Amino acid sequence: MRLWQFHGGVHLDGHKELSSQVPIAQANLPKFLIFPLLQHIGEPTEPIVHVGDKVLKGQIVAHCFGSDCSLMISAPIHASSSGTVVAIELRPVPHPSQLTAICIVIETDGQDVWTELNAIPDYTSLSPAAVREHIAHAGIVGLGGAGFPSHVKLRPQDIDTLVINGAECEPYITCDDRLMQECPQDILEGAQILRHTLGGTKRCIIAVEDNKPSAFQALSQVAQSTSVEVVKVPTLYPTGGERQLIKVLTGKEVGRAQFPASIGVVVHNVETTRAVFRAVTQGRPLVSRVVTVTGNGVDCPQNLEVLLGTPMREVLAQCGRKSDIEQLIMGGGMMGYALPRDDLPMIKTTNCLIASGPGELRVPPPLLPCIRCNACAQVCPIHLLPQQLYWHCKAKDFKRAQAYHLFDCIDCGCCAYVCPSHIPLVSYYRYAKAEIRASEREHKKAEQAQQRHEFRLFRVEREKKERAERHKQRAKGVDSG
Amino acid sequence: MPFKTSPSPFLYAPTDTSAIMRQVLYALVPGLVIYVYFFGWGVVINVLIASLTALSSEALVLWLRNRPLRPSLSDGSALVTAWLLAAALSPFVPWWMTMLGTAFAIIVVKQLYGGLGYNPFNPAIAGYAMLLISFPADMGKWPALTSQPGMLDSLSIIFNGHPLTVPTLDALSGATLLDTVKNSLKQSYTIQEIQQHPLFGYMGAKSVEVINGVFLLGGLWLLYKRVISWHIPVAVMGSLFLISTFFFVWDSGIYPSPLYHLVSGGVILGAFFIATDPVTAATSNQGRLIYGAGIGILVYIIRTWGGYPDGIAFAVLLMNITAPMIDYYTQPRVFGYPK
Ligand code: SF4
Ligand code: SF4
Repeated sequence: MRLWQFHGGVHLDGHKELSSQVPIAQANLPKFLIFPLLQHIGEPTEPIVHVGDKVLKGQIVAHCFGSDCSLMISAPIHASSSGTVVAIELRPVPHPSQLTAICIVIETDGQDVWTELNAIPDYTSLSPAAVREHIAHAGIVGLGGAGFPSHVKLRPQDIDTLVINGAECEPYITCDDRLMQECPQDILEGAQILRHTLGGTKRCIIAVEDNKPSAFQALSQVAQSTSVEVVKVPTLYPTGGERQLIKVLTGKEVGRAQFPASIGVVVHNVETTRAVFRAVTQGRPLVSRVVTVTGNGVDCPQNLEVLLGTPMREVLAQCGRKSDIEQLIMGGGMMGYALPRDDLPMIKTTNCLIASGPGELRVPPPLLPCIRCNACAQVCPIHLLPQQLYWHCKAKDFKRAQAYHLFDCIDCGCCAYVCPSHIPLVSYYRYAKAEIRASEREHKKAEQAQQRHEFRLFRVEREKKERAERHKQRAKGVDSG
Repeated sequence: MPFKTSPSPFLYAPTDTSAIMRQVLYALVPGLVIYVYFFGWGVVINVLIASLTALSSEALVLWLRNRPLRPSLSDGSALVTAWLLAAALSPFVPWWMTMLGTAFAIIVVKQLYGGLGYNPFNPAIAGYAMLLISFPADMGKWPALTSQPGMLDSLSIIFNGHPLTVPTLDALSGATLLDTVKNSLKQSYTIQEIQQHPLFGYMGAKSVEVINGVFLLGGLWLLYKRVISWHIPVAVMGSLFLISTFFFVWDSGIYPSPLYHLVSGGVILGAFFIATDPVTAATSNQGRLIYGAGIGILVYIIRTWGGYPDGIAFAVLLMNITAPMIDYYTQPRVFGYPK
């Protein structure tokens, strides 16, 4: 199969061997489970349980506002074990810009009893719409880290290519690798279900970076007699980015203003695909996921199947936490974010925890001025000019920054990775984006206030006129009467 | 036990601006050594004067601006400026000129604009051009090749204006080959006649062509180390080669050969070490090609029809001015936007 290239990208030291050698293990059942109401991109959910309620594993505890999750960009949240709701309150959550959020806290009873599950023995007998609705109710979101509700990407449009993303280009993360090695059949089945849901796509491609030969092997074997193509793509960060992968596989570029569906492509992550498989064939909603726990801050780096809501501290303990952890990172080494504390819950998008002790992550040497070497532009997968963006963001000249396509930046970090002056470029862009968004919100508010004000003036004026009119009428009436 | 929170990415390539500057310095060493071999100790003295002046000027400005000294002094950029200027100067220029040129480069051209990264002009070449305009006579004085002065003579020439020992007085006589050729052409000699001049070596001036050859090796090493990309040197030399070939073929009696142009004067030093200064060059690959080609063509124009024997300094400065514009017009097509 012909492959294409996107501009730039970087070859990284994957640090994957730390955790990729051991089979996925089951994480322990914790005493308490914590469920933030927002674990995906889109509308938040609202609790439908109360403190004191008994819940079963797989039972919905928070539902989308409105009636039907499948009609919204949202996903319900399920209890990941049986027990009692003991609190619905503000708790610290793993979120890059939010410290606390409302969470449902469940004290587990140790029984781990499932609620009644609603499996679909033969999904092909159901319409795509029905399967899609089923997936929506299972609370499945993009498990590659993005957290976009999956059913939204299953809307019936003219889709001819389904891509299952097993590139896993981020350093340190190996959960997809292990999953592909251990459950290739589930992934394949899941892919077929997704295909059906999309109205039967012509092609289905599972893409695996060539640094995961065992995963590639396992998938190729099970896919042999099917029409699913398993494709090796060159290892290059960020090939696992949805739009980068589409470019590599199809040569087509999907810009920021477009959706992949507009060119007939839909991309789902391998673990998402497995979650779909489980939801449809076993009726099992999304209550757990595979998480890579790695770094030199734990004795046994490995992949664990973790119940959602499990406090990170418990998972770290199970992996032999060391006392000298300096940084705790959720996500990969390039796009993850550093967490301030370890009592935060694992959420749907937690694909990796890097516990970093001394010597694991390189401390950048001191900051130096930008020497305009252009190394950043050479590696930017979006072909932006990170240097120019940096100068404009630094000068708070946001107009110019936007003219240089600030909002096309995908935060991949390639530019900051190569910068010889160690300038935290991505932080500048994030800051600028946040500022611009905030000021746009302000602007909108002001505009609305202005409109309201104008409308009020208009109404007052109109009422005045009407009164005058009535007076006139009355006066006329008196005259003629 | 709160953890450290720093922004992503958490990984960094092992590249470093100070290391890049150090590599540029290393790459200059062989050329400088050969330079000393042919022209004596004056070169070493110039490098020392320039280095000390550069570091102390930088320190002075940083102190005045209330900035921390260490990071800027240790990034190596001031030394790069000093060495490049020293490499471009005649080993016989008086000490105060080297100091003046370096101080001007660091204080006015670099620091007044805001320091490393903010200067629109390459400091070394701007310092050189300033000296060239202000003291054309001294800048044109080169040692005759017949007798190279020793250490004490060099010191004396630089600090007293004349050598210690009288017989080598004519050591000061020389003009550069570029000068000689230009003047001879004005007097209607043909290239073939001028080539009989004792200054001529194989392709250009005798020892200068060798020195430039070694600078070329240093430049190639920088390419190999990926400290610089090939675009600018290739564009500078390529365009100069093409345009000089064109005129050479047109009339080889009055237009010197392309090889003569490439190995003479400061073209190689300029193409590999000065025009590639990332701060003042165009940034995109396409932009770098345009930028480099502009330099090569300007060098030829100035050498052939301009008032100065060599054109590299002004060519680089002129293209420095256009770099932002080149960048503006060579922006890449952003991912997902129509072709
Ligand atoms: S990589 Fe760093 S130093 Fe080089 S141009 Fe980009 S921001 Fe400037
Ligand atoms: S973070 Fe943004 S600017 Fe930097 S390389 Fe990635 S897309 Fe380009």
